[in-house]
Amino acid sequence: MSRAAVLALEDGSAWWGEAFGDASSAHGEVVFNTAMTGYQEIASDPSYNGQLVVLTYPLIGNYGTFDRASESRRPWVEALVVRELDATCREDTLDLDAYLRQHGVPGIAGVDTRALVRRLRAAGTLRGALLQVPPHLAHDPGVAQEAVAKARSSAPLASRPLVVEASGLTREVGSGVKVAMLDTGVKENQIRCLVRRGAKVRVFPATASPREVLSWSPDGVVVTNGPGDPAAIPRIAQSVRLLLDAALQRGAARPLPILGICLGHQLIGRAIGATTSRLPFGHHGANHPVRDLRTGEVVITSQNHEFQVDESSIPSGSGFVVSARNLNDGSVEGLAHEALPIRTYQYHPEGAPGPRDNEPVFDEFLADVRRAVAAR
Amino acid sequence: MRTQVVLLIGSGPIVIGQAAEFDYAGTQACRALREEGVRTVLVNSNPATIMTDDGVADVTYLEPLTVDVLERIIARERPDGLLPTFGGQTGLNLAVQLAEAGVLERYAVRLLGTPLAAIHQAEDREAFKRLLVSIGEPVPESAGVRSVAEALAFADRVGYPLVVRPAYTLGGTGGGFATDRAELERAAARGIAASPIGQALVERSLVGWKEIEYEVMRDGGDTCITVCNMENVDPMGVHTGDSIVVAPSQTLTDKEYQMLRSAALRIIRALGIEGGCNVQFALHPDRSPSADPEAQVPYYVIEVNPRVSRSSALASKATGYPIARVAAKIAIGRRLAEIPNAVTKRTSAAFEPALDYVVVKIPRWPFDKFPGADRTLGTQMKATGEVMAIDRTFEAALQKALRSLEVKGQGLLWESPAWVDLTDPAAFVARHLSPAATDDRLWRLFAALRRGASVDDVHAATRVDRWFLRKMAGIVRFAEDELQGKTPTPDLLRRAKRLGFADSDVATLAGMLPADVRRLRAQWGIRPVYKMVDTCAAEFEAVTPYFYSTYEQENEAAPLPGEKAVIIGSGPIRIGQGIEFDCCCVQAASALRARGVAPIMVNSNPETVSTDFDASARLYFDPLDEESIASVLENETGGVPGAEAPCLVQFGGQTALNVAERIAPIGGAIAGTSADAIGLAEDRRRFHDLADALGIPQPPGGTAASLSEALAVAREVGYPVLVRPSYVLGGRGMEIVYGPDDLERYFHAALEAGTGRVLVDKYLRGKEVEVDAVSDGTDTLVAGIMEHIERAGVHSGDSYAVYPAQNLLPAERARIVELTARIAKALPVKGLLNIQFIVEQGNRGAAPPENPLRIWVLEVNPRSSRTVPFLTKVTGVPLVALAVRVSLGSTLAAEGYARADGIWPETGLVALKAPVFSMAKLLDVDTYLGPEMKSTGEVMGVDRSFAPALWKSLVAAGLAPAPSGEVLVTVADKDKEEVVPIIEGLHWLGYDLVATRGTAALIRSLGIGVREVGKLSEGNDEILRVIRSGKCAAVVNTPTLGKTVDRDGFLIRRAAVEGRVPCLTSLDTALAVVTALRASAVTYDVAPLVAYRAAAVRVAGE
Repeated sequence: MSRAAVLALEDGSAWWGEAFGDASSAHGEVVFNTAMTGYQEIASDPSYNGQLVVLTYPLIGNYGTFDRASESRRPWVEALVVRELDATCREDTLDLDAYLRQHGVPGIAGVDTRALVRRLRAAGTLRGALLQVPPHLAHDPGVAQEAVAKARSSAPLASRPLVVEASGLTREVGSGVKVAMLDTGVKENQIRCLVRRGAKVRVFPATASPREVLSWSPDGVVVTNGPGDPAAIPRIAQSVRLLLDAALQRGAARPLPILGICLGHQLIGRAIGATTSRLPFGHHGANHPVRDLRTGEVVITSQNHEFQVDESSIPSGSGFVVSARNLNDGSVEGLAHEALPIRTYQYHPEGAPGPRDNEPVFDEFLADVRRAVAAR
Repeated sequence: MRTQVVLLIGSGPIVIGQAAEFDYAGTQACRALREEGVRTVLVNSNPATIMTDDGVADVTYLEPLTVDVLERIIARERPDGLLPTFGGQTGLNLAVQLAEAGVLERYAVRLLGTPLAAIHQAEDREAFKRLLVSIGEPVPESAGVRSVAEALAFADRVGYPLVVRPAYTLGGTGGGFATDRAELERAAARGIAASPIGQALVERSLVGWKEIEYEVMRDGGDTCITVCNMENVDPMGVHTGDSIVVAPSQTLTDKEYQMLRSAALRIIRALGIEGGCNVQFALHPDRSPSADPEAQVPYYVIEVNPRVSRSSALASKATGYPIARVAAKIAIGRRLAEIPNAVTKRTSAAFEPALDYVVVKIPRWPFDKFPGADRTLGTQMKATGEVMAIDRTFEAALQKALRSLEVKGQGLLWESPAWVDLTDPAAFVARHLSPAATDDRLWRLFAALRRGASVDDVHAATRVDRWFLRKMAGIVRFAEDELQGKTPTPDLLRRAKRLGFADSDVATLAGMLPADVRRLRAQWGIRPVYKMVDTCAAEFEAVTPYFYSTYEQENEAAPLPGEKAVIIGSGPIRIGQGIEFDCCCVQAASALRARGVAPIMVNSNPETVSTDFDASARLYFDPLDEESIASVLENETGGVPGAEAPCLVQFGGQTALNVAERIAPIGGAIAGTSADAIGLAEDRRRFHDLADALGIPQPPGGTAASLSEALAVAREVGYPVLVRPSYVLGGRGMEIVYGPDDLERYFHAALEAGTGRVLVDKYLRGKEVEVDAVSDGTDTLVAGIMEHIERAGVHSGDSYAVYPAQNLLPAERARIVELTARIAKALPVKGLLNIQFIVEQGNRGAAPPENPLRIWVLEVNPRSSRTVPFLTKVTGVPLVALAVRVSLGSTLAAEGYARADGIWPETGLVALKAPVFSMAKLLDVDTYLGPEMKSTGEVMGVDRSFAPALWKSLVAAGLAPAPSGEVLVTVADKDKEEVVPIIEGLHWLGYDLVATRGTAALIRSLGIGVREVGKLSEGNDEILRVIRSGKCAAVVNTPTLGKTVDRDGFLIRRAAVEGRVPCLTSLDTALAVVTALRASAVTYDVAPLVAYRAAAVRVAGE
């Protein structure tokens, strides 16, 4: 063991293990993800900005890391917490350890992750801090205490510009119908899914003004996933509201299809006057069943969110209905406008990691877009 | 229309490729359907199943699984739905036959679960290929062939290597690989012959590709989920049933995982299955994960099982998701989202389990029984059972699975004597490793790595993925560098336990005793904790009582409150210790529950009912060795003195019995027959002394530590003698020896095998009789006396047994009951007892004065036996429940089962237990019956008299001769006299007789016509053509004396097995068959088991 590490939670518990990745410390919210594959996709999902992620599958790193599994330009997790870190056996791949080191992200291995998850399940998402020390200080109560103090003083997520950090520069990919994407922390596979289906995707930074977006004359708009609390980003929420207003004003005659994913779904929910709230310990995994309330069909979805749109708060005159619901806890998984092609999903139709069952969401969206184009 | 009555088809006898997993699935299905208010009618020919226990289905038929029987049941019960998908390939084949015969239409029975078209599409390779091509799924190039010439033409087009599989068979029986023309000729001929429709598939071989399986569920609303995926450690080329398998996959990226998952869902949708399905893929092994986002790793779809399967049983146990239960509910129209998740109670069945542990399955092969068999693993499955282990590291899961195999002495460090001299790694790899795996491949891999072979070299030789090899290399390095010759420290020991090293291996490496290691662990507080298998990686609170051990921080299994008892399970299914013992364990759990005692099950077998999460109050899925049981006991008592968790060791077969004497030293207590009493019965020398003291007659004989001693004993008692090692397991190493030369050969072999002492007993050519009894130490109740059809010398597990005994005099019967009671009292027994007797009838010599009836005690087993489930079913005496109650302190008198005459009254019912063999799967194994057990399963035939009961058992066992045709008779000279009534009977029945010279002469001397054929040893293979002609109704063949090479007989018997011709190697069986045929038993009744029992009671009451 070259470096020891301790993960402390605000409840006072300390979890010792071996450090890997970068030799830095970290703090933030501690959440867990139950997907059995896709650690790199998870690590590089911008929605995890500000969070330390516990992976419940015990063996992590088995097949290394590689470009195609990166969901963004870098890993965003504050730290990875694993039971066992493995080295890769596959050619042309880079060890997870080296990947994280390259990007300055620390990790801790050797933790009884199941015990940790049971604690998070019972207490709800907790703040935590990861500290690294030389091996001879492993299990030092003083270090653990320091880490607990750090966890408790860790600033709440809302105080950090998580979305702006994760959002990228303006860029354009693919060719076809014009899809404007408000990048509140987009996962690359959303772009791939659209491009593969014949879209020209222009990615706008989260700070872009609605005027800027609309002046590109998009055929459709996507508001992507992203990190943090939707209530903590009023300016971006305002942009989303203006984009939504534009679509509502254009109405059925000249429709502007809008697709909201995850944070995008929550922002659109807030834009129509609904409230959002925190789930006890979020939804993070690749196995969440969701019922499509229109068809009755149940689909298995990939999810990663702490917040939800509160169903009871959806204004009755908003024109929006709940279109999907989580089978486990009944939370809102989708909204749809009664007359216009505006649909939102709390889950990740792009998977990565997780099932590809929900890619038809992109087909549906682009079909709406093409209808809108044809109607012009 | 709502389904109200469902007919469920069981899978019949346990054979290789179709085993206990179907009892597990069928039992779950019955329970699930009854929960839904559906009346369930079950038919199965296998009495050693939980599903056929009273109370599981609404109506249970123990009848042969034939179209005729099923039609009669359908006519009687008028089910509106037929559910065949829980009966393995047997069930599906019957469904197809019933549909084709118009039965389903005639009685308006709907086929539930899997549509007929899907059964065809999954089984007929061409139809399968067309379907997959139509949905864009890749299939390997292939051609259906009906002749060798067609196969060769295909090979000319696509080249080699190729693989041949027959259509419509169990576990791929009869296929094979071909790397050149000659091999293809052989494999194609074999495959075509093995297929009931004369069709085989020749296809591109994908040997060395990754083999990945998905378990998929779909409901009538088209909602689909995958329960889990599994990765074979042995890549393509080894049947998945013979592969070491891990769950979930370990080397697949999320892209690959999802690509195959999506394909599996497309396939179940295309097949229109409503229920469960298993899809197997081959995935390219060395494609690097490219930067190209659209790049796809090549894969092929290999096989689809449109039903629950061995893999789905494994997946259920690996994830906690009850596939069979859910599939049954879907079959009657329920949707996944409506079915509650029985583990979390709060979520539904519409989700995909998340595992937070690693599961390793290792097959259990029967080669310890068949040392001469071909041990190469290929497309034909050869394993009889399997073990599973769960842990948080791959290394520990693998090592625990190894411990669970219970192959004596074959732990992690084992090496074949044949390898020891070869220390050079490159030479070892070249000599002992190849893509063609053998059953000992895992040990070969360890041996190569131990010699310093690199992961890359071993990978190149075997195609086993580097990830698995590197883990194994890590185990080897840890053993060599850290443990070998070192004094353990707390840190070292903790790390060793995390990697799964057994105390005994640590002890061996460190030069200590296992007890020392345990003491150090206790001193340093290094104990396993138990974690829950909860389907959801702890995301939701779960209520399941399903745990595994691991060396980590948090223990989730606090001692179970209240009164409780630990049932030691029976481990993997093997020849000699089959599903019967698992049945007894499950019955014991129910009996404990009924008494308000919480049953705690320990077992390592993923196939069976005992490891179902609701079979007991708590399940520890762990090995059945001393270390593991000690840890479980410590966990349950919490180290608190006075806290009690007594162990029940009499139900789990020899596995449980073997740990009996270790229970007390590890601080446990046995409920029931004490360890000392068990030892007294098991240790033949001790038992001999006891028997002498009690005046219980045993066959004359003695023990011998040297050849000269053995020869002396044999001379004294006279040949033939029965020889065996002093501790016998299922007839292991037992042989009848006819002279000094044979004895010498046997003795040398026994010494080589390290047997030590050998028992030499007079071989008595009498009638073998067996009893199962229950005793409280004072009173004893014999549930029934069974008589073996075959004379002593054929292993009891391979004998036909009839209840009640048909040929005993009242005095003999009384004597047997009396001897049983005397032995039970003397040991003493508190619980079950099985005794085998020899009754030497018709011996004209003077009887010894102390044994006037010439009844000898052959063997005493103070535990549940193979026949307990059978006898329980036919007598209605709840043997296991009584044994449990007695073990808990009750008496037979208190339970109302004490009888003055000591035996449960026999009635008008007659039942036959018939052995079933898996010889078609095991090439090079001789099929003749002897003292060494060979059968893998059993069936039962029950009726109101002997002949129809026997006939039913023959039909159920697949041994019923065709009504007309030729019968080949070729018997050893010693049997010529005895075969006469059989020949006369066959002639009377109208069969045409075919025989070799000696037997033909005998037949002619009886004035009966015969066609004489030449002997194989004379270079004439006409005899084999007779067997394969399709007109051969049966073969009667007896082996020549001793174990000297009997090449002709061997080839004849093998040809019969492979040509599916009933082969009778015991004249007793042959005579019984003739008798049954002559009694026109072919026309028999079909009725539920309870009807036979009720009728029988009426008879008894008259």
